[in-house]
Amino acid sequence: MVKRLTPWILVVPASLLVLLLLILPVGATLLATFADAKGWAAPYLAFFNSGFRRTVLWRTVEVSLITTVISVVLGFIAAYVVAQMPGRLKSIMIIAAVFPLLTGVVVRSFAWLILLGKNGIINSALLALGVIAEPISMLYTEGAVIAAMVYLFVPLMILTLSGVLEGIPKDVLEAASSLGAAPFAVFRQVILPLAMPGLIVGAVLVFTGSFTSYATPQLLGGERQMMMGTLLYQRAMVTFDWTGASTVAAIMVVVTIAIVLVMTRLARRLNPLAA
Amino acid sequence: MRTSLHPALTITASLIFAILVAPLFIILGAAVSDTSYLTFPPQGFTLRWFTNIFEISAFRTTAITSLQIAMLGTALALLIGIPAAYALNRFRIRLPSWLANVFVLPILVPEIVLGFSLLKSVTISLGLPVFLVLLLGHALLVLPYAVRVVGASLASFDFSIEEAAISLGCPPLKTFFTVVLPNISAGVIAAFILAFITSMNDVSVSLFLTGPGISTLPIQILAHMEQFFDPTIASVSVLLMVLTVGVMAIVEATLGLTFLTK
Repeated sequence: MVKRLTPWILVVPASLLVLLLLILPVGATLLATFADAKGWAAPYLAFFNSGFRRTVLWRTVEVSLITTVISVVLGFIAAYVVAQMPGRLKSIMIIAAVFPLLTGVVVRSFAWLILLGKNGIINSALLALGVIAEPISMLYTEGAVIAAMVYLFVPLMILTLSGVLEGIPKDVLEAASSLGAAPFAVFRQVILPLAMPGLIVGAVLVFTGSFTSYATPQLLGGERQMMMGTLLYQRAMVTFDWTGASTVAAIMVVVTIAIVLVMTRLARRLNPLAA
Repeated sequence: MRTSLHPALTITASLIFAILVAPLFIILGAAVSDTSYLTFPPQGFTLRWFTNIFEISAFRTTAITSLQIAMLGTALALLIGIPAAYALNRFRIRLPSWLANVFVLPILVPEIVLGFSLLKSVTISLGLPVFLVLLLGHALLVLPYAVRVVGASLASFDFSIEEAAISLGCPPLKTFFTVVLPNISAGVIAAFILAFITSMNDVSVSLFLTGPGISTLPIQILAHMEQFFDPTIASVSVLLMVLTVGVMAIVEATLGLTFLTK
């Protein structure tokens, strides 16, 4: 009897933690948006009827999409070069990617506060070169948020993709070139399709990470560039509009889970080695 | 894979890596600037911003809280996560296949939603102490590392070694500690390091779970930045980066940094 129950006894503590502190509380947050006194869809109508909140949602989608595209391109180039480097140079490049990744989001966003600030290096350089006469304000713009977010996610992309690219067998590439494929054709017809599943997984991580981020939009976007994360915090802790905050939370959960489910399925279908 | 590299690609990649590292050196420069505002390149040289950290008691107390939460939260996650990872691998046929997905949920649900929901349903509705909810929230946040990273180690473990020990009369629990655990130690170390760093750096979950008198270092840094724009935060950041370097040295010594690309 005890023997038959052993597997369950071992998984129960961890499952209970997830059930009691994640499934039930998050479930309660989602349910609260349908149990409003003004009718079940009222919180969502309120959200989408508010021009301000719609702007926040579209801004979040836009910033996340731009961040994802730039991070994928930069991450792919860097990972492609990492995969071809001899041992020593490769370790240096990996260290250069891992170090920012292990440094916290607050510190990394803060770095961009110094870079883009009134007394920051970009303003100092532009002033010294005589391009501008007065320091320009680059903080609290959409560009500042995107720059810091790309900085946040490129290391993640590099590490994800260099693992994927390392895994591509050398024989396949040699076969393609020896059969007469030009370097670009090898890239487009062999490397890219083989890397596609990893690319999609990385892109999903970047998109959902950007979509739900708080610290970066808070520090570099402020009130002017409010995004879903900062809107959720503002609704909950500044205006104490808990139904409004729960609605923002529900939209975040739905978007995140929908994207993860659709894209991982797509990644599986696109895997040429699985077919 | 190895093909010939176009110089333009190498140059672009070098630039990307330079831009990844440069901002962190800029923080170092800003931390020693003898100005009352954040600036780079630094003007003059001073260490007073470093001594200033220790004069602000909030940094000291929140750093201690962060270390406690990261240590205890990671320990708790490993304590319940390792048995779960073991069961999921060892008894794969006897457990339902959806069970493994339960432990992906903390990654799937946005952290900020988790923090907000814990505040609403646990801290306020159940009235649990702030420190306890913060600790449990962090344990939940890092649980996937314990289950998945240790699970990856267990997936390549040959369970027939364990059966051999048991059939030779070794009690199951002793077998786990003397036969299984030594063979998955790399996974346990990796899970510990990733979980610890994640917990130390977390903002989104802690944001809602800190209360009067109890806060974590990243939240304290955010709060300080909203009031002051002096180099104190730069010097705190430098100390945190020193901690990161220490962690990387441990990773390199125990597992090798390349394990992070797998």
